[in-house]
Amino acid sequence: MERTLTYHDLQSGMADLGYMASDDLAVSIHLALTLRRPLLLEGAAGVGKTEVARVLAEMHDTELVRLQCYEGLDAAQAIYEWNYQKQLLSIRASSEEGTTGQAAEERIFSRDYLLERPLLAAITKDKAPILLIDEVDRADEEFEAYLLEILSEFQVTIPELGTIRAQHPPIVILTCNGTRDLSDALRRRCLYSYVNYPDPQMELAILNARHPNLNAHLAKQIIGFVQKLREEELEKVPGIAEMLDFAAALSGLGIADLSEDPEQVQRALITLLKTQSDQASITTEVTQRIAGKAA
Amino acid sequence: MSRVTKFAAQDAGPAARVAGFMAHLRANGLRLGAGETTVALHALSAMNAYSPDECRNALRPICTGCKEDVDQFNDLFDAYWMDMGRVRTRAVPKLQTKGNNDVHSSRDASGEAGGSAGNATAPDGGDGEAESDGEGKLIATEVRNLSRKDLRDLVRPEEIAEAEKVARKLGEALRDRRSRRRIAATKGDRLHFRKIMRRSLATGGEPLQLLKKRRPDRTRNIVTLCDVSGSMSVYAQVFLAFIAGLMRADQKADAYLFHTRLVRITETLRDKDAMRAIGRMSLMADGFGGGSKIGASLNRFATTYAKRFVDGRSVVVIMSDGYDTDQPHVISDALQKLRKRGCRIIWMNPLKGWRDYAPVTAGMKAALPHLDLFTSANTLSDLAALEGELTRL
Repeated sequence: MERTLTYHDLQSGMADLGYMASDDLAVSIHLALTLRRPLLLEGAAGVGKTEVARVLAEMHDTELVRLQCYEGLDAAQAIYEWNYQKQLLSIRASSEEGTTGQAAEERIFSRDYLLERPLLAAITKDKAPILLIDEVDRADEEFEAYLLEILSEFQVTIPELGTIRAQHPPIVILTCNGTRDLSDALRRRCLYSYVNYPDPQMELAILNARHPNLNAHLAKQIIGFVQKLREEELEKVPGIAEMLDFAAALSGLGIADLSEDPEQVQRALITLLKTQSDQASITTEVTQRIAGKAA
Repeated sequence: MSRVTKFAAQDAGPAARVAGFMAHLRANGLRLGAGETTVALHALSAMNAYSPDECRNALRPICTGCKEDVDQFNDLFDAYWMDMGRVRTRAVPKLQTKGNNDVHSSRDASGEAGGSAGNATAPDGGDGEAESDGEGKLIATEVRNLSRKDLRDLVRPEEIAEAEKVARKLGEALRDRRSRRRIAATKGDRLHFRKIMRRSLATGGEPLQLLKKRRPDRTRNIVTLCDVSGSMSVYAQVFLAFIAGLMRADQKADAYLFHTRLVRITETLRDKDAMRAIGRMSLMADGFGGGSKIGASLNRFATTYAKRFVDGRSVVVIMSDGYDTDQPHVISDALQKLRKRGCRIIWMNPLKGWRDYAPVTAGMKAALPHLDLFTSANTLSDLAALEGELTRL
């Protein structure tokens, strides 16, 4: 009998691919995989929600199907659309061949003429893919209601073709960052995990995994600095990706210590602070104060 | 009956204990059904969890649904499993023996003792809160007007008819133009390929008829919250007429009154006879003309009714002067919560029409950043004039 995987295995498997998952996140993912339930990840931008799906796809050696949500996302973009140009050409061709209407109709409304969009693509794959529904809170309520059907039945109904049922139900990851409340119905169908900014230890591990050549002293300083910076009143709090960019920028500028060259460090801050007011509020003095506190 | 707050050793087996835990969470406001209990048990067996932390991590994704739940969950978990809560009755109750009618207790059968110090006849000095076992919260107030004012004295039938017209016009102005799901239309900006294709089959693939589709305007749901506290009673006439008119003009509109409590009046106002509706409303608006707790009322709205009735297509209209006995942050927190439903918020403040008015009351100031529109409205014609501004919303 196959040994059952524990969440520790999952955690170390993800770590091998450069993703450090905290215990509670790892348990959530583990449960989502074993109970075959969609997983809803909520958290601020830049804490690595989307990355979970990418790493899972890599771990399971399967495809990642991604649906980016936006306001007004409609069925033609999310599920399927008929390939009208191809249909038009086919009708022309069949009228020249003299095919009857019935046969022509059957042909143009077959799978060959269907353009699969992410949701349909995810349920027609030969191997269960990872379906990432990104920023689901940006789509409107109607779309959420539609998702309910897909998430519980894993089937899509096309009037001309009939119902297409998933042979290999995908593993579904939904992400949202709390811009809008999601409906209770959708939440109830999913497992839920709130993803926080990583603690210093975890973040240092991430930095070491991504930039193994960085000197240990600077790495510690960077983490301390970024963690302290997140406590400042900022419009846009820097995420993990920003922290990694910052580290890359510092090593690119040849800085070995944050207090060594204040001006250069200040320049590197453009990787962390993404709005004008944030950049204005974190002056060189503030930067050095934070760096001093962090050290 | 006391609430379930602690794990009971006399419950047989893990299933009953987990069910007890679910009841405990439910009693604390987490929305969980029987389905979650099943999933929780599956999860625990799938996890082979031994340590409390593993169990905590396993149950959290199932039992919580948003960040607030997560924050609450850890405490509730500790209280139940880690022996930090009150002793409770069994989760699976014994057969209830009927209470003896000959024995009476001086304690009230349901609810706990009130949290305030005042005696039965004198009003309370402080603003203590009493928690009851039921859903609501009893909030002690400084002023509560118990004399029933008949709202029919305030509103005349002609005004309701007039208000109905205004409400209808405003409803037309409030259209949601964000829809991107197009529908078939004779005058549209895009070709409706699916239809064209179907039609062209009959003509051998020649698309003779070019059918169009366009973005439809969607109606918005109007939700009105009217302050009927003492300071507002001068203006109540206009607003109540407006609400009564609105309910007659728009089948999907929703209406609430608040002073120290929040009352839903939608069903009441659906009466065919406008005056009878107003009469019934005055029975509900018990406490009309007393003090106001805007923040608490808005908060109650945001956490209860709003979850069911407010969505991205809603416009919430608050009619109040902003004089509140609560802390100002209560208002801003409540509005922020409401905002997250994706709705638009309009605040109509009758005082804004005054010369040199500035929103200096702490409550109003706290509310301002969360509003889409802050406007004055004292008369029906003022309300009618809002049409232009609402179109832009």
